[in-house]
Amino acid sequence: MSANDHFVIIGAGHAGGVAVQALRGAGHEGPITLIGDEPHLPYERPPLSKELLQTAGGDGFRLMRDKAYYEENNVTLKLGVKALGIDASSQRITLSDGTNLPYDKVLLTTGGAVREVDVPGADLKGIHYLRTIDDSRAIAQSLIEGNNLVVVGGGFIGLEVAASARARGVNVTVLEAAPQLMGRALPADIAAVFLSLHEENGVTVRLNDGLRAFGGADHITRVEAVSGESIAADFVVVGIGIVPETELAVSAGLDIENGITVDEFARTSNPNIYAAGDNTNHFNPLLGRHLRLEAWQNAQNQTAVAAQNMCGSDTVYAETPWVWSDQYDVNLQMAGQPAGWNDLIVRGDLPGRDFIAFQLADGKLDAAIAVNRARDMRVARRLMDASASLNIDDLANDEISMREILKSATS
Amino acid sequence: MSEWQQVASADDIKPDEPIKVQIGDDDIALYNVGGEIFATANICTHAFASLADGFQEGDEIECPLHDGRFNIKTGKALCPPVEQDLKTYETKVEDGAVFIKA
Repeated sequence: MSANDHFVIIGAGHAGGVAVQALRGAGHEGPITLIGDEPHLPYERPPLSKELLQTAGGDGFRLMRDKAYYEENNVTLKLGVKALGIDASSQRITLSDGTNLPYDKVLLTTGGAVREVDVPGADLKGIHYLRTIDDSRAIAQSLIEGNNLVVVGGGFIGLEVAASARARGVNVTVLEAAPQLMGRALPADIAAVFLSLHEENGVTVRLNDGLRAFGGADHITRVEAVSGESIAADFVVVGIGIVPETELAVSAGLDIENGITVDEFARTSNPNIYAAGDNTNHFNPLLGRHLRLEAWQNAQNQTAVAAQNMCGSDTVYAETPWVWSDQYDVNLQMAGQPAGWNDLIVRGDLPGRDFIAFQLADGKLDAAIAVNRARDMRVARRLMDASASLNIDDLANDEISMREILKSATS
Repeated sequence: MSEWQQVASADDIKPDEPIKVQIGDDDIALYNVGGEIFATANICTHAFASLADGFQEGDEIECPLHDGRFNIKTGKALCPPVEQDLKTYETKVEDGAVFIKA
């Protein structure tokens, strides 16, 4: 690696912002170009479905760094510009502004695009998806007291939008095709806690009911469910996940399988190209398998590892996957990626929404779900990282603090 | 314009179990570090999270959401993603009552 190597970061979201800071932090002194198809400087996405929707005017939007930071750090910004292809043999990137940009190393932090529904009426006005700050602001404009919102998809994003919309006095119906909320993440008995949370807050939740069609002349007026129910809608938010962005990886001839395949060093199959964040199907040494995550932790920490390794390090990215969601006054956190849920050990009050639930495998903590127990979750994550052997009775006993359990398990 | 205000009883603040109090618009976290009481702004400088729900270890507090850490005594931001230091408040304990200057 030469000090003058030109590093190009494609994707100026949260991961792209981390990449700039981490490359400079790791001592890279050569030129950096940051390319992003959004017109904005890098920002973190979690507030888009929460704080930014809960108050009129969407206060609280923060860029990770202001423009002066990028100038001071000699970063060339190409925002509102799309990378169209990578020619890996000549090490050049074709951009939508006509540039043919040479590189020494590339970091792909392109994230993903929202998964879209393909039903009659899908092109009507008033149907929103949520990925960017512009999406969030467009949704915020429809959050008017008394308006009818139908949320398609009872996952994290859909439920956070539902909770935020209730805070604004909007009538909300959630349509979920599966028999429970947050089915990708949660076991049924914990999902039921969130069902009652949303129902108590006035949301109509329709489980086992999918989307059949959108109705309306020009603008959406009704959502037709598979069950035959027709629901009045002034606007719709669809939250059914993302599709990882892999077109550039295809153009570069990289290995792809449910995202860009990378190893625990964030290296793709091309030695000059790295990838990090939502778009990677990465090897996790703790789990012994590849996985793709759509999460803040991964955008932050995998990217930092990728940047260090671009600068000549051999740092391994190995963390217990961890996600969180805020809905109303409830903070949900989940650590681990169990194949399924069984024999949950509950500490605290499950219906009272003040608990942490554990799943053990071979006497060790395999996964944990915390509801309004952030501090206990932090200890649980340490227990997982330490691969500590645990006693079921102690875990279930709220009289013995998690900190005591940590002390005795790791001493 | 800051003045001493009584905010808690020292017995309420156990080692490694910070609590939060509200003074006007200020959301404040109180910590017990080796028997001494310290106070910082409660909201993490990185994102909206209550540090009183975080994990205290000695004189460090870790944000419950993103693992950013601060020094409780100085407010100094210690590791990514936090960069901006926390505001700290002067404290004193008199007859078991905790006062802070806010």
